[in-house]
Amino acid sequence: MAEEERKIRRGRRRPGDQRIGRMEDGSMVLQGNEACAKGAIQAGCRFFAGYPITPSTEIIELLAEEMPRAGGAFIQMEDEIGSACSIIGARWGGARAMTATSGPGFSLMQEAIGFAASTETPVVFIDVQRGGPSTGQPTLSSQQDVYQARYGSHGDYEIIALSPSSVQEMYDFTIRAFELSEKYRTPVILLSDEEVGHMREKVELRDDVVTIDDSPKDYVKSPQTDFFKGAMSTVEGQLHDEKGRRIGHIPLKSGAFVENICKKISDHADDICQVKAYCMDDADIAIIAYGSVARPAMNAVKLARGIKDDRIFPKFRLFRDLFTKGLTTARNTDYSHLKVGLIKIDTVWPCPDKLIARHAKDVKTVIVPEMNMGKYVKEIQRILPDKQVISLPKVGGDIHSPTDILDKILEEVGMDE
Amino acid sequence: MVKISVDKARCKGCNICISICPKQVFVKSIKRGDYGANIPEAKNQDKCIECRMCERMCPDGAIDVEHVGEDVK
Amino acid sequence: MNKLYEEYIKTESLPTLFCPGCGNGIVQVAAINAIDELGIKDDIACVSGIGCSAWIPCYLKLDVIHAMHGRAIPFAEGLKLARPEKKILIFSGDGDCLAIGGNHLIHGAARNIDLTVVNVNNNIYGMTGGQKSPTTPYGAVTKTSPFGAADEPMKGAETAMALGATYVARWTTAHPVQLAKAIKEGIEHKGFSFIEVLSQCPVQAGKNVMGTKEPAEMIRRYREMTCVCKDGEEPPEGKVKIGLFRRDETKVEYTERIRASYEEAGIAAGKGGQDG
Repeated sequence: MAEEERKIRRGRRRPGDQRIGRMEDGSMVLQGNEACAKGAIQAGCRFFAGYPITPSTEIIELLAEEMPRAGGAFIQMEDEIGSACSIIGARWGGARAMTATSGPGFSLMQEAIGFAASTETPVVFIDVQRGGPSTGQPTLSSQQDVYQARYGSHGDYEIIALSPSSVQEMYDFTIRAFELSEKYRTPVILLSDEEVGHMREKVELRDDVVTIDDSPKDYVKSPQTDFFKGAMSTVEGQLHDEKGRRIGHIPLKSGAFVENICKKISDHADDICQVKAYCMDDADIAIIAYGSVARPAMNAVKLARGIKDDRIFPKFRLFRDLFTKGLTTARNTDYSHLKVGLIKIDTVWPCPDKLIARHAKDVKTVIVPEMNMGKYVKEIQRILPDKQVISLPKVGGDIHSPTDILDKILEEVGMDE
Repeated sequence: MVKISVDKARCKGCNICISICPKQVFVKSIKRGDYGANIPEAKNQDKCIECRMCERMCPDGAIDVEHVGEDVK
Repeated sequence: MNKLYEEYIKTESLPTLFCPGCGNGIVQVAAINAIDELGIKDDIACVSGIGCSAWIPCYLKLDVIHAMHGRAIPFAEGLKLARPEKKILIFSGDGDCLAIGGNHLIHGAARNIDLTVVNVNNNIYGMTGGQKSPTTPYGAVTKTSPFGAADEPMKGAETAMALGATYVARWTTAHPVQLAKAIKEGIEHKGFSFIEVLSQCPVQAGKNVMGTKEPAEMIRRYREMTCVCKDGEEPPEGKVKIGLFRRDETKVEYTERIRASYEEAGIAAGKGGQDG
């Protein structure tokens, strides 16, 4: 068949060459989901199974093309359960594997996440969150799955979940998810959301080879050798010993096993957890945010501190103040003396208790904006029992605007109205 | 000649071998296996034609049919 | 102990959790015979779901995934795509394969991916204590059908035929030689193989479904109630059709089709495995 004819028959193809579309400095303008797919390839992911679901579909679309080109395998499964199961199977075949989904699909994958946690299989799950519950809001964003990521599967286990707030982080955190999953031999969840997934930004791509240490770890109490290496690995969903033999009927051994899969994460929390602190040195008020909400939170800090940023301007607030206070007052209102800082949580699970407590030790008030009815705020209240912790929930699919958060700050310091 | 052994550590006493053997090599016995069941005894070993159905049909791999000595068929 | 059995079984894991006279052991021995005849001990992995029959591979000296209930086929598909050159043997019960895993069976068979499914059919949910399964005969009294099972029983082999599986056979535990041959052929066959095994459950299915609790008697009945039929033949009234139903070597296997489509697009055949 002639080359041209084949192109027509197959429709328009994305260029397989990774260099196409890159700027002179090597960066690229990408959508969050595309950055995730590229990060996975860069991290050595060579198996992807998925099922299309808005708003994560771009990942499966891009990897359908890129995964074979990278020498990996791609399959569109019959459902999310099958996707989650086949990546675990593929990982035991020796291929680094991930799947991507959203809302309802993430619910279907929960049993497999528990299976991966129990069998200590390093796989990556991408959850591009959408509004829920049930079918919910397929095209709008939320952070309602933050507890499902932690407690979704039955039984006791610990999970690692990373929450990106920019396209660059979507790329970097995908690579980090693979690194952490291999290091701790555990499923890792990338808890993205529709805002980040569909946002387009400049991304610095890595060209180096990501080396991931997948050697056996002594804190892992399950078989660790991939299949077909003569190790007779038994991947056992029932509680098991190092050789994969069931111990589910022996309470003492079973208890030690469950403790171990929890402790291997919680004991290494210092290594896993990452937060970023902005303007926290002299802050009286801290905003604690994760995922896409960290972006308006950052802008709220800039507004409050009078940090000049051409891209943000409290238009709505000025407009409203014009009516309530008159032009002169509105213009002359200076918020810049407000000592507001931001703690942006990169690792939502395990909860970065120590880092949050350290950064927020001198503040009086903590505001936790979230695109849900107030979930993660409960963790903050637990970590900071002697501070005033205020929840700023927002549901319905709209992300907080910077002025939403600024309003709350002003309300707290008694400057509102 | 064959030597048929029933492993008393493995036999669960289901008696499938007694019924499946075309030459009635196995008979019930009063011997007890490790699981507490009465295990069969390969009493009529001289009748064995080495079809090895007992080996294939034993759910616990407890029966071993071993060909010993010169072929006398 | 049987020497071949000893070679393939993790003796430290014995005893098997199968009840005395359970058909699973016979299927296990048949699978050992098949693997041994092929001599592919190092190139085969087993995957199973949940249920009594899912424990069959767990005692074998092989790489094994004892997966989630009903999900043996997707686990195996991932493993197969990561290592297309290896063989995967799946053990799945009637409930595991036809009820909770039905969707995966449909798509696995339709893809014609190179997997060998040994569907151990004992007509009951044995591990949970004798509840109605998709293959429980109409009217049979079980713990969850105290007034008689109302559902029409599913026929595993016929379902797999309709779904497009390219190697389909049905045998019983009363036919261990034929069963071992079928498993061997199924592993050799490049494509989706489905081998249904009617297997006795003396403890749970014995009393209500078969009318006897004696394993030897159940095996005798399996021999009486079945009739070996060649392709296209129908059994006499009241008998269950057994034998090799289909062996179609013409249909191209899934991983080969993928590789061909990649090669057509100018992509070198990729596979997931690290050494590939």
